[in-house]
Amino acid sequence: MATIKRTVEVELSTTGLDPQGRPMRTPLVTATDGSQVAVQAPPALEPELEGEHMLINLGPQHPATHGVLRLVLELDGETVVRCIPHIGYLHCGFEKIGEYRQYNQIIPWTDREDYLNSMGNNVAFALGAERLFGIDITERCTVLRVISMELSRIMSHVVWLGTFCIDIGAFTPFLWLFQERENIYDLLERWVGARLTTSATRVGGMAADIPTGWTDALETFLARFPRTLNEVDRVLTKNGIWVGRTVGLGAMSADEALNYGLSGPMLRASGVAYDVRKDFPYLDYETYEFDVPVGSSGDVYDRFLVRFEEMRQSVRILQQAVRRLPDGPINVDDHRVILPPKSKATSEMESMIHHFKQVMEGPRPPVGECYVPVESPKGEKGYYMVSDGTPKPVRWRIRPPSYVNLSAISKMVEGHLLSDVIAINASIDIVMGEIDR
Amino acid sequence: MSTPFTPVSPGSALPGPPSVPATLRNVPHRGGDVNPSAEALRQKFGSAVQRVDVVWGETTVVVDRARVQDIVRWLHDDASQQYDYLSDVTAVEFRDLEQPIEVVWHLRSLPFRRFLRLKALLEKGTPLEVPSVFPIYKGADWLERECYDMFGIRFAGHPDLRRILMWEQYKEGFPLRKDFPLRGRFSRAEQLRQALAANPEARYSMEELSIADAFEDLPQDMRTRIRSGEKTGE
Repeated sequence: MATIKRTVEVELSTTGLDPQGRPMRTPLVTATDGSQVAVQAPPALEPELEGEHMLINLGPQHPATHGVLRLVLELDGETVVRCIPHIGYLHCGFEKIGEYRQYNQIIPWTDREDYLNSMGNNVAFALGAERLFGIDITERCTVLRVISMELSRIMSHVVWLGTFCIDIGAFTPFLWLFQERENIYDLLERWVGARLTTSATRVGGMAADIPTGWTDALETFLARFPRTLNEVDRVLTKNGIWVGRTVGLGAMSADEALNYGLSGPMLRASGVAYDVRKDFPYLDYETYEFDVPVGSSGDVYDRFLVRFEEMRQSVRILQQAVRRLPDGPINVDDHRVILPPKSKATSEMESMIHHFKQVMEGPRPPVGECYVPVESPKGEKGYYMVSDGTPKPVRWRIRPPSYVNLSAISKMVEGHLLSDVIAINASIDIVMGEIDR
Repeated sequence: MSTPFTPVSPGSALPGPPSVPATLRNVPHRGGDVNPSAEALRQKFGSAVQRVDVVWGETTVVVDRARVQDIVRWLHDDASQQYDYLSDVTAVEFRDLEQPIEVVWHLRSLPFRRFLRLKALLEKGTPLEVPSVFPIYKGADWLERECYDMFGIRFAGHPDLRRILMWEQYKEGFPLRKDFPLRGRFSRAEQLRQALAANPEARYSMEELSIADAFEDLPQDMRTRIRSGEKTGE
């Protein structure tokens, strides 16, 4: 597993560890005598107000809270002393609804929880359901699913980076990145007909095969997208304002990050090289060549670098996947879960019975339970499904990565400035649809 | 630039040269490889381990609910186990209401690349209470709160067990229980009436209002109402 090389040499000083054992890193400035010194916090302007705490309410309608997150902050001057998060404004009861739906009917709900990664969620759900049914999918379907997962990873990271830029005050990269997101949406639209809520998979296969010429369009995108990334890289990575606003914020050590259950880029930025694709592989990810970027200080800047590198690695995976895409069927030949073709259903008795049973009753998995985690852009995501042998699951549990990542926000923001709360919150990459479900 | 953290790599505790795990194929429904931690748990905790199942390649260990915290602590601390990552805490209630409610912990050992599912059975009619694993994993905080919010299972030892997704004054019960109807207990009209009658200011808890003397700045009548314990929607 490779560690990313920093493409940038930012002058930083590690002035030591703070009382919580987190590294304090501050940008260096050139002093009047030419030496490099760490930036010092300014002295309090109004010493007589010291000790007076103020309560402010950030959100739920604040644009920088990425949805409807509400943070109650206790401030000492501009420093956050305590942070009490409140969530649940978007709670829709997905897990409850899932208990009243057949397996294929749940797939549209998976679009709507982490709506930036809808195709990845579809694949994650299908993988879990197929384990529950005991189905192994076809070769072509495996590769198509890898393509859809990595495309949605890029899509999610692009939106994350764009909105992160806006939060910190950089507007230009937002436009460039959203242009690329639009290009991915066009690809998805050509494939499954929908842009945001794709519902692309079915238990045992995909809803649709890719249309003719689609891989050419994907390759055109893959050739162009790294150029956009390089442009954004040039604008942001060495930018003094960007570095000053992100370095040293919200740092989590490796042990803390593990103990808080962080996953995905948040965990890897803290130096833990845990990637589900490498450690508990699915969809033959072990046969693709890609590196897992790992940070060294677990601060906001490292999370930015890790996610940025992940987009490049996703492009690598996509290029390999397009090259190896085999011909063949996309659906398994299993009459329990896959509807027979219309021509057969209207002409053959056997197929008609299967069609009728599937539509009227729904496929029945055997009694059992499974949890198949995947590496979603936010972290380890999995659907824990319990079946009692009926067509509807007894329990359908979403393991939401950004929910667990957000639970560490109090730990991360306390001791930082109010304006840094926005940057730290943005670096978690939360999607409230997934958190509240 | 110094690196303050030592990078942690999964699979580091496995014997032999670094191995590449492979995608699982043809996973059997029952049986198959048992996670070695299950046998170790049996030897260490004896009768507290009630059952070991392997379903779809995943090892499930059903344990005595009173010993959950000891078992998880041992799994976390012991050098031969090193379950350093808590994936999930959740619960399952079956449609057959006689069946016990199951509390499920998904644990992961990154150094050994192992996955273990722990379960505790809560028989119907007994208090829904299990020990909290929050002292071992900080990540259990919100997961246990959600489990309490949705199922009403109390986690003994959790420092701040209150509702998280539903609002704190929610009175209809626990939504993921099987006796809770899909549309909720109250009619739409009743829900609307309650929402309109709510006092938005009282959404601040007393704890929040005590911060920063904000409480003293409130109007007199609101202070009186909050002191008397009045909540929204009631």
